[in-house]
Amino acid sequence: MKYTPDHEWLRVETDGTVTIGITHHAQDALGDLVFVELPAVGKHFAKDEPTCVIESVKAAGDVKMPIAGTILSVNAALADSPEKVNEDAEGEGWFIKVQPDNLADADALLDEAAYKALLD
Amino acid sequence: MTDSLLQTALHGLHTELGARMVPFAGYSMPVQYPAGVLKEHLHTRAQAGLFDVSHMGQLRLWGVNAAVALETLVPVDLIDLPVGQQRYAFFTNATGGILDDLMITNAGDHLFVVINAACKAQDIAHLRTHIGARCHIEVLPEHALLALQGPAAATVLARMAPKTDFAGWTFMTARTVLLAGVECCVTRSGYTGEDGFEISIPNSHAEQLARALLAHEEVAPIGLGARDSLRLEAGLCLYGHDLDTDTSPVEAGLTWAISKARRVGGIREGGFPGEDRILAEIVQGTSRKRVGLVGLERTPVREGSEITNLAGETIGTICSGGFAPSRNGVVAMAYLPSEYTADSAEVLALVRGKPVRMQVCKMPFVPQRYYRG
Repeated sequence: MKYTPDHEWLRVETDGTVTIGITHHAQDALGDLVFVELPAVGKHFAKDEPTCVIESVKAAGDVKMPIAGTILSVNAALADSPEKVNEDAEGEGWFIKVQPDNLADADALLDEAAYKALLD
Repeated sequence: MTDSLLQTALHGLHTELGARMVPFAGYSMPVQYPAGVLKEHLHTRAQAGLFDVSHMGQLRLWGVNAAVALETLVPVDLIDLPVGQQRYAFFTNATGGILDDLMITNAGDHLFVVINAACKAQDIAHLRTHIGARCHIEVLPEHALLALQGPAAATVLARMAPKTDFAGWTFMTARTVLLAGVECCVTRSGYTGEDGFEISIPNSHAEQLARALLAHEEVAPIGLGARDSLRLEAGLCLYGHDLDTDTSPVEAGLTWAISKARRVGGIREGGFPGEDRILAEIVQGTSRKRVGLVGLERTPVREGSEITNLAGETIGTICSGGFAPSRNGVVAMAYLPSEYTADSAEVLALVRGKPVRMQVCKMPFVPQRYYRG
């Protein structure tokens, strides 16, 4: 798993695609999610571009692209059950699967130790 | 920064319970506990929630002229307020706007007054300036205020005060109740739309009472996050958001709280700041008024969002809004021109530049469950 300072996580799959979500820390800070807006499949996003809108009871935020790429699929279940993100942020609460422009871009992201250090 | 925040008598308990503390009106207050806003909200509607609202201002007005004097600042009948009765009121300004909203209880030998935390200093100055010579104003910083709200609130409190007659104790009345070994001024009222109580208790006994209440399985601690979503669903105004110095009580839909005695033709007509505008508006109506809106989509609509008509012309702004857990949908309040305030009228709220369909809806958004005997 790789992480961003904005609290997204990215997992490189065996086929070279990546899965993206928000960290456990991020869901905890946001509180109960009540709304998720997911991007269109096939759409291309640059690094750091907002791809998903997330809203908790308290506040609105977004999920930014950790690396540039094209949306392959979205976790459509989140539209009706945004609470899945709170329940399992780094598992069933994933947001998007992406075909990266350049998988090596992921190397520049934080590893788990560096992300944990950031939280402390 | 954190060092300069005031703490309530329950601060240690909040921390122990795992609350997330945030600055609010100069106090460090719990916005939520580990259960989270959604569960806390639903728990309050299903059973009972305990809220620390000690940041609010509590005052006693003493003296035979206290009611007469306070009437000069609010459009409410206080002279004929029966002993033990509580009334909702607002301080008006010279132009008919609202300086703060408040609760006033006739406690027999004094008036017990609860004001908003954020307005506390200015309200006390306002009282001292205008009526300080006619009554004694006692501020109660050594008192905590605990709210117990929800359908199980009366059952729980009755267990702790077996001698008190709860069946005969109706909404918006007060009793003196022995709790945690001390006499407390308790009103049957609150800010959630549910049956419930607000308990004024000396700081020295507040934690003991809070722990005793939380020991009942029906009671959970509830933070300010759920307090806001509960009051929004109940259609209750939040000062500084839904009420302000430019907005009249008539525009705000609070005409019901302006006593007959203080209206045109009443036995003590007028005699409060801004009476010309307010009394005229009661008769003639206003060009805009506060309405409830329900979202026809799931996108949360929050304070500050612009509202347009279906032709895209700006007609207002959301003053309070968000997800309503008990409706599993989105609700909001806004001030709109009269032509858009008919029930079911459709308008658009702009969220991140995109129009979200909303419909005018009567408030409250959830049924009130006050105990009226």
